[in-house]
Amino acid sequence: MAPSDPPSGPPSDPPSGLAAGPARAASASSAGAGPAAPGSATARPGGALLRLEGVTVRFGGHAALDAVDLEVREHETVCVLGPSGSGKSTLLRVVAGLQPVDAGRVLLSGRDQSGVPAHRRGLGLMFQDHQLFPQRDVAGNVGFGLRMHKVSRAATERRVGDLLELVGLPGAGRRAVGSLSGGEQQRVALARALAPEPRLLMLDEPLGQLDRTLRERLVVELRRLFQRLGTTVLAVTHDQGEAFALADRVVVMRDGRIAQTGTPLEVWCRPASEFVARFLGFENVVPATVHGGTAGTAWGKVPVPAGAPAGACRLLVRPTGVRLVRPLDGLRCTVTARTFRGDHVTLLLAPVDGPPLEAACALRDAPETGAEVGVVFDADDVVVLADGG
Amino acid sequence: MVPDRAAVADPAGTGAQAPLKTPGPGTAPPRSRKRAGGTGTRLALMAVPAVFFGVFFGYPVVSIVLRGLREDGRWQLGRAAAVLSDPRVLDVLWFTGWQALASTALTLAAALPGSYVFARFAFPGKQVLRAVVVVPFVLPTVVAGSAFLALLGRGGMLDELWGLRLDTSVWAILLAHVFFNYAVVVRTVGGLWAQLDPRQEEAARVLGASRFAAWRRVTLPALAPALAAAALMVFLFTFTSFGVVQILGGPRYATLEVEIYRQTAQLLELPTAAVLTLLQFAAVAAVLGVHAWTVRRRESTLRLVEPAHTARRPRGAGQWALLWSNVALIALLILLPLGVLVERSLDGPGGYGLTFYRALGSTGGGTFSVAPLEAVGNSLAYAAVATVIALVVGGLAATALTRRAGRLVRGFDALLMLPLGTSAVTVGFGFLIALDEPPLNLRSSWFLVPLAQALVGVPFVVRTMLPVLRAVDARLREAAAVLGASPLRAWREVDLPLVRRAVLVAAGFAFAVSLGEFGATVFIARADNPTLPVAVARLLGRAGELTYGQAMALSTILMLVCAVALLTLERLRTDRSGEF
Repeated sequence: MAPSDPPSGPPSDPPSGLAAGPARAASASSAGAGPAAPGSATARPGGALLRLEGVTVRFGGHAALDAVDLEVREHETVCVLGPSGSGKSTLLRVVAGLQPVDAGRVLLSGRDQSGVPAHRRGLGLMFQDHQLFPQRDVAGNVGFGLRMHKVSRAATERRVGDLLELVGLPGAGRRAVGSLSGGEQQRVALARALAPEPRLLMLDEPLGQLDRTLRERLVVELRRLFQRLGTTVLAVTHDQGEAFALADRVVVMRDGRIAQTGTPLEVWCRPASEFVARFLGFENVVPATVHGGTAGTAWGKVPVPAGAPAGACRLLVRPTGVRLVRPLDGLRCTVTARTFRGDHVTLLLAPVDGPPLEAACALRDAPETGAEVGVVFDADDVVVLADGG
Repeated sequence: MVPDRAAVADPAGTGAQAPLKTPGPGTAPPRSRKRAGGTGTRLALMAVPAVFFGVFFGYPVVSIVLRGLREDGRWQLGRAAAVLSDPRVLDVLWFTGWQALASTALTLAAALPGSYVFARFAFPGKQVLRAVVVVPFVLPTVVAGSAFLALLGRGGMLDELWGLRLDTSVWAILLAHVFFNYAVVVRTVGGLWAQLDPRQEEAARVLGASRFAAWRRVTLPALAPALAAAALMVFLFTFTSFGVVQILGGPRYATLEVEIYRQTAQLLELPTAAVLTLLQFAAVAAVLGVHAWTVRRRESTLRLVEPAHTARRPRGAGQWALLWSNVALIALLILLPLGVLVERSLDGPGGYGLTFYRALGSTGGGTFSVAPLEAVGNSLAYAAVATVIALVVGGLAATALTRRAGRLVRGFDALLMLPLGTSAVTVGFGFLIALDEPPLNLRSSWFLVPLAQALVGVPFVVRTMLPVLRAVDARLREAAAVLGASPLRAWREVDLPLVRRAVLVAAGFAFAVSLGEFGATVFIARADNPTLPVAVARLLGRAGELTYGQAMALSTILMLVCAVALLTLERLRTDRSGEF
């Protein structure tokens, strides 16, 4: 791409992406765009805006990314979820052209990006800690990308004003970035990344440094905004709540490899492996052998959903699937801890046999610490995981 | 080369720029591995400084050393051995070493309480006092020499009052060295001290440490690297001291540098001078090696805080007494010599007046080929050109060194510091004998002087700019790149605005250092185009009340020029509005 050619969005974009935002959103929703059906908005063949093929990055002997394949379709929001050190940030840096790869290819709109420097890729990247330019005011930050693409001064000013309004900071252009709160900085960083109308917007832990209430509000705002603008988004985060709220599709990473891909609902309901399950916060995982409609585990027989393949596997029991009954009617356990969670109570149970169990129960029914209870399992909340992983 | 104040360019340590960077937990991007493009750019950036140093430093120095050590195409190593075993040379080496150690110890003793006062106390007039302390730091050695001559020398103030003369004793030299280097310690140690979180000491107190124990166990270890660095710098400056000893040392005392000058300029004993040059070089290299080691240690991270938050008003009689005794010390040590210098310059034969200043405007009946006052214009012009050269060369070098990686880069870094370890006299004389034939015949060119001065300025510029450039978060550049800025554009848009102030500070110091450069300039400045320090030295070299008074007057002018440069700097330094 020539430097003078502003990296506008998809080729079909009219020059002013902002004005076109609602229209595009309308077309997207008419195609049935919702959280559950992200792919349907791109009927065109080869609709993958971003494609990673076997991307590998090594630091010393350690592979930060290990043969990663990934696709992001137009207008889709993909969230890469993983613990720190899983290679998420490296992934974004590779796509942005800030990190050379040891193997594999990055394709944008089908074009190989090897040899294309970061400033020619026409992408947007919002850094984890925003990286606003300290010596420029808010407008100077937001308009930076436009200046780099030689947009006229008047047009820049207009667009900066529009964007600040969009992110909820109207008239903040002259403020020093140092005087902004964390949430405001985050909005400025977002406006700055959106300004040159990148074909792909990448967010690195976009809400990581904000406090909880602000984060929850901004997640909703961001999702609404991206839908309205039809922006294609690739975000990385370690926070599952953030990922599930923001994404059409979630990609769980582990040690530089992709552990699972799916809609938030799929990933939450059917974690692909013990790692994913544990990363999502589930503790009740045991080795099991499925035979017929039940599985033999250290906790005794546990019912499994119909159609589960027979043989050795790992079993996940959601805390909601651990039902408390009278001590004699089920697996006998002692309550070792109870944690108040607001709308429910999480109990830590020590069964007579097998590893500790976590159970969720209603406030009213929660037994005291030290109480003896019985436990039965609910097949609807039991997930058969692949063995080993 | 006379380091003058060059190596202090990193006064408060790299930590001074810490506010620029706010690394959050786990935000450090993986260090990108070397890229072919990055290395190429870096090599290109290094080319200009490398060529500059090769032609204007390496070539002249090697030429003169070779000329001294080789004769008829053969190495004259026997002569080197003879020089090294000459008792007079050993005397000089012994004196050079012990006076440097004594000066360093005295400076630390005088300046450490001052560092504490500047770091931890808030009091009215602190800014002014801080500026006063730094004035000697940028003063030419010649001015310091004349100021102490006016205070302690023959016909000096103490001589008139009590008949006390110290210019024949080593005390004059030691005091002048303390005068000079007081600011080095206050800036290096005090700068870090001000940024140490007092709560660390408080934590130790709460855990049961006494006030002194807390200082010794918590603060002192944190300060130790800065302390060691400051001590080494002072040692380095005083070890290679030239102007001060040349003026105050009389015939009895000589440092290696003075001896090199004597052998070269007066006795024309080039072989001896060459051996002495190598000797000094080796000694300084050893000291710099230790310095580099402590600097690496210093980069171990300290938790630093904004200096403005750590100072408070003195409380209790003890603290006020400490403050006032330090103010008194500064008055005696720094203000008094400078005051006496001004007083002497006005104290003409017919009472106070501008007689000496007026006399500067004439050639003194043919004593000089030009009127001494013309030296002011020469000096300013030379220093301006030298500053530009130093900024270009040093700026390119600092940019190339920003990313710390690779042996090549570290070697380059060391190369830039090399002039500090080399006799300025040797460089000056080397210019004369090496750059006198085509294709580089600069012997009669005025350009030689700023070139030599720039050599002193470059390490200074690099040391000032490098910490700031390194403190610029690499991800800011990446943010600019992703937004469409090419690497060059990103540098211009991100780095340059952030380092603009550092560039100005570097320029100011390079200017002051160039203005005061004496050791090399004294050789290459042409008789009809002297610089201020050279003119002062010439005036001091002649007997007579008039020339003495003229020297004082010219020194005063030089001091004022430097002070103005410095005060401009201080304004830049403290005016922190908005930019960072």
